[in-house]
Amino acid sequence: MVMQFIRKAGLFLATAMASFSAHADYAWNFPKPVTPMALDTLHVHNKFMLITMAIFLVVLAIMIYSIVVHRKSKGYKAAKFTGPSTKSQVFWTLVPFAILLYIDFILMGIPAYHSVVMMEDTKNEAQMVVKVTGSQWRWQYEYMDGDAQGIKFVSNLTTPQDQIENKIEKGENYLLEVDNPLVLPVDKKVRVLLTANDVIHNWWIPAFGASRDAIPGFLRETWVKVEEPGTYRGQCKELCGKGHGFMPAVVKAVPEEEFKQWVVAQKEQMETAAAGADKEWTKDDLVAHGKGVYEKNCAVCHQVTGAGLPPAFPALTGSKIVAAPNLDEDGKLLKDSHLDRVLNGKGVMPAWKGTLNDTDIAAVVTYERNALGNSVGDMLQPSQVKALR
Amino acid sequence: MSYSATASHDEHHDHPTGMMRWLTTTNHKDIGTMYLTFSLIMFLVGGFMILCVRAELFQPGLQLVQPELFNQLIGVHALVMIFTALMPAATGFANWMLPLQIGAPDMALPRLNNWGFWLLPPAAILLTLPFTLAMFGIGDGAIATGWTFYTPLSVQGGLGVDFAIFSVHLLGISSVMGSINIIVTIFNMRAPGMTMMKLPMFAWGWLITAFLLIATIPVLAGAVTMLLTDRHFGTHFFDAAGGGDPILFQHLFWFFGHPEVYILLLPVWGFMPQILQTFSRKPMYGYKAQVYSLWAIGALSVVVWAHHFFTVGMPVPALLYFMYSTMAISVPLAVLFFCWIATIWRGSMSFETPMLFAVGWIILFGIGGLTGLVLADVAADAQYHHTYFVVAHFHYTLFAGGIMGIMAGVYYWLPKMTGHMYNEKLGKLHFWLTAIAFNLTFIPQFFLGLAGMPRRIPDYALQFTEFNQISTIAAFVLGLSQLLFVYNIISCARGGKKATDKVWEGAEGLEWTLPSPPPYHSFTEQPVVK
Repeated sequence: MVMQFIRKAGLFLATAMASFSAHADYAWNFPKPVTPMALDTLHVHNKFMLITMAIFLVVLAIMIYSIVVHRKSKGYKAAKFTGPSTKSQVFWTLVPFAILLYIDFILMGIPAYHSVVMMEDTKNEAQMVVKVTGSQWRWQYEYMDGDAQGIKFVSNLTTPQDQIENKIEKGENYLLEVDNPLVLPVDKKVRVLLTANDVIHNWWIPAFGASRDAIPGFLRETWVKVEEPGTYRGQCKELCGKGHGFMPAVVKAVPEEEFKQWVVAQKEQMETAAAGADKEWTKDDLVAHGKGVYEKNCAVCHQVTGAGLPPAFPALTGSKIVAAPNLDEDGKLLKDSHLDRVLNGKGVMPAWKGTLNDTDIAAVVTYERNALGNSVGDMLQPSQVKALR
Repeated sequence: MSYSATASHDEHHDHPTGMMRWLTTTNHKDIGTMYLTFSLIMFLVGGFMILCVRAELFQPGLQLVQPELFNQLIGVHALVMIFTALMPAATGFANWMLPLQIGAPDMALPRLNNWGFWLLPPAAILLTLPFTLAMFGIGDGAIATGWTFYTPLSVQGGLGVDFAIFSVHLLGISSVMGSINIIVTIFNMRAPGMTMMKLPMFAWGWLITAFLLIATIPVLAGAVTMLLTDRHFGTHFFDAAGGGDPILFQHLFWFFGHPEVYILLLPVWGFMPQILQTFSRKPMYGYKAQVYSLWAIGALSVVVWAHHFFTVGMPVPALLYFMYSTMAISVPLAVLFFCWIATIWRGSMSFETPMLFAVGWIILFGIGGLTGLVLADVAADAQYHHTYFVVAHFHYTLFAGGIMGIMAGVYYWLPKMTGHMYNEKLGKLHFWLTAIAFNLTFIPQFFLGLAGMPRRIPDYALQFTEFNQISTIAAFVLGLSQLLFVYNIISCARGGKKATDKVWEGAEGLEWTLPSPPPYHSFTEQPVVK
């Protein structure tokens, strides 16, 4: 029994060591900077680390000397001094503090000042504005100006639950992969506005050096200017509930031309979606489309089966709200109805009207009423949702 | 009148025994012992919680702890360690040692003292009860917001938040009462001849701590009460939709939270020079400079709070002010370091367990201080903030600087308290295991933070695996080696070599003039300080 345990532990340690050497290029410092701000942060960080390391080593050396030499076991007789006595001693006692003041407010203080000013200069020469909205537990992106104005989408984690539960092997970008990354052109200063729908989040891409809280009800801002095309991965950095560890922020930086093509493609997609809102859908089509919307956006809390996680996240299966009618006889939205909850949210439930389009909302509501163990029987057309906006 | 006259002549022959002795005691040593025992128990409870967390973080994927429970464990770990382990340990020392050190028969307000202690167990139960309730299907567990209660997450949370709010209220009342008692004792009960500038350094450290507690605990109490009314009574202090501001909560919380760091550390800075001088057999260096530095740090600590949330977005002048004022704390702190090292310099040192802990403490707390200086830089802070770099930093200040400091104090005073010597070999083994395992736990976390691992996540990307594994293994060694500490304390309380009155060759101060253990009523005749 004991031997078996030791053998198992040994095997385990061996695999741990092997996997360690496999990552020999492990990062000991910040990731490679790709924005001016990240580069500046890295320089400041390296400089400060060297300074503090030097202070630490000098003080440690003095202490080690004292520990080795000034020992009773070596017969060292204790001195009696309790402070500096002569003028020159007072002078030499003050020298370390003069050096410290110089380090604090000149050597470190001046570069730190310039970094702060640079970090907070979000508006000057900004060529583009992007709005980032945090919600539990996904990021939403919206382009605020230029050709891309009006493009908006939600960015969800795509790592399968089976990988998280260790049922299948984990992919290369485990927990750092999304369906729709934020696409930005390189070499353009992008002003990033941040807000949140529910609790405080923090949008952070380590390679950008920018990190700012997204606060519900307020706008905060930062900026990025990506200088190298590539995909950059980060995470939400402010504890925001149970999904906090599963809320990656991914940015794809592309050359200007490619960005323009992407904008055109996105605009075409938006037009198709808008056209979809005006056509008459069948119930089966709505339910089929709604299933996808549900599993992407709603299943995190209400679960794939609709059982929810009471008391925080109520079950949809057998829910009284789901069973009640959505609209009155004149087609007006009933307060506290199923559709009202989806559109406007309440408490923990986010408002989806700004995030999902008419087709998605109509489909997901129809799905929830006719699947997940519910059979209310009615359906909602995208045009009805559109009329309520 | 006649009753109290006889009561004051009471010797220990007719006070209650058994459980009633501890429930009704007004004796500073009994209460001190209860504080210290409570603190040790809660230290093990908090440690157990974080070992669950470290076990989950051993490898990527979710294995043992689901995210909901993970978020509860990290926050309650912090609350338990700060409010029910470190703070009561310092108060326990104050109760035991302040009257002995200043030549008083007891604390000034003994009944308040008893009440102050007996508020703690209910508070600890309130804090941890939701874990048990959740097992019986009541509520969804303990507070899951981290120890900082940040709104709106805490407005959204379950009944665990309400339990934590009331727990913090009780803990706060207890701390304020303890502080009042300590201030009154120091101001009024000093032996004749002991002027303020002859106070033992421990008394100075605690005096400033007590003022900080009285100044800041009510702010915390106010903030969590506002949170309570936001949760249940329809107010909107922290809700933008009702004209409030979620960031207001962070300002209020950290107005308490930053001084709290010094509340945890100042008592340690008080007795540490006493330990250093004892084992260096040399008088303390720079007494006045240390006293002024303690005051300076106390004063600065209440004007730097916003460096805990630079990333929420602030005007540039505010950022600059909080950055430079935070850096300014390094000056009085450097004075203290200078004095501590100058105290051992050219001494005649020996390295019994308290001295090992004291010297190790200077070095490790130094790392905590220096990384704190780097964190003050706003631009770099954007990268460090909310990552494991910060986690490592504050464990260097609060585990090395706080808990290892308390351990130095325990070994230093244990022979005086119990009348027996502890097992020196075991004590040294405990020190080396603790120091090495502590570094192996937290040095990898500095690198994790730099590489971009956010704190408070139950699962992580693959590139963070190796450092997390080292950290977890070391954390278990660190946790298990504390059992040696517990064993050593218990066996020392039960018996062992008799301790002399002076205990340590180089010990100075009034507490060493009394027998070990001291009589039930400390100084029945006031000593005179020359």
